[in-house]
Amino acid sequence: MEQVGLFPVLAVSAALFLLGVIGVLTRRNILIVLMSVELMLNAVNLSFVAFARHHGTLDGHVFAVFVMAVAAAEAGVGLALVILLYRNRHKVDLDDLNLLKG
Amino acid sequence: MFEALLFYTFSALAVFAGAMVITRRNAASSAIALVASFFCLASMYAMLGAHFVAVIQILVYAGAIMVLFIFVIMVLNLREDNDPGWNLSPRAVLGAGVGGLVGLTVFVGASAARSMAFVPTDKLDPNFGTIEQIGYTLFSGRYLLPFEVVSALLTVAVVGAVVLAKKEL
Repeated sequence: MEQVGLFPVLAVSAALFLLGVIGVLTRRNILIVLMSVELMLNAVNLSFVAFARHHGTLDGHVFAVFVMAVAAAEAGVGLALVILLYRNRHKVDLDDLNLLKG
Repeated sequence: MFEALLFYTFSALAVFAGAMVITRRNAASSAIALVASFFCLASMYAMLGAHFVAVIQILVYAGAIMVLFIFVIMVLNLREDNDPGWNLSPRAVLGAGVGGLVGLTVFVGASAARSMAFVPTDKLDPNFGTIEQIGYTLFSGRYLLPFEVVSALLTVAVVGAVVLAKKEL
């Protein structure tokens, strides 16, 4: 990876994060929005791992493991919410959830 | 040379799969594309010397989390015809545009960074990224308290998921 350098890795990370942002903002299917969040978390993990290789230290790897643990918790609770939502409304449409909208 | 070629192939594949995730109308197709993206990312982690993170990526992300997603998609029986589609309101498009601008700024900032080179492989610790080294970093000193907090977080998440998804307690 010495010939590649840090910049292309960060570019891939930024591209994946941007795709995740676009997915969260433009999709109305709550499951695909959750998947876009996972995509963003993975983009950040790639940055952590790239910087760990850049500096030759392992702190980035530890952070990546923490991010994965948080992502697992988020997926568990998020999917439980999706199931609860579907049971009450028989839809997975985010625009349907506007009770707290000002 | 070969490694660089491999890296660019996998990065192109990862971005393509990411684009597939947000454009498919069928949630199951999105989930499969996301798994493909995770595998490409795992190969990139392995190339960056993060062997343990690469294995965890496959086991936890592509294995456990995505199985959970696909399980929910199957349980809810989501198809193309009950996908609510897109929300292309001006506010959403503006948000995506601002996100892109921020991404571009980070990009330019990163390209102006002092040194973009990686530590040469022969100067790197031969045990870099192994489970042993990560274990030492994780359990000695600084990261011990966050580790314990994460275990508490996972317990809370498990209890929360059960409370939410159960019909009657």
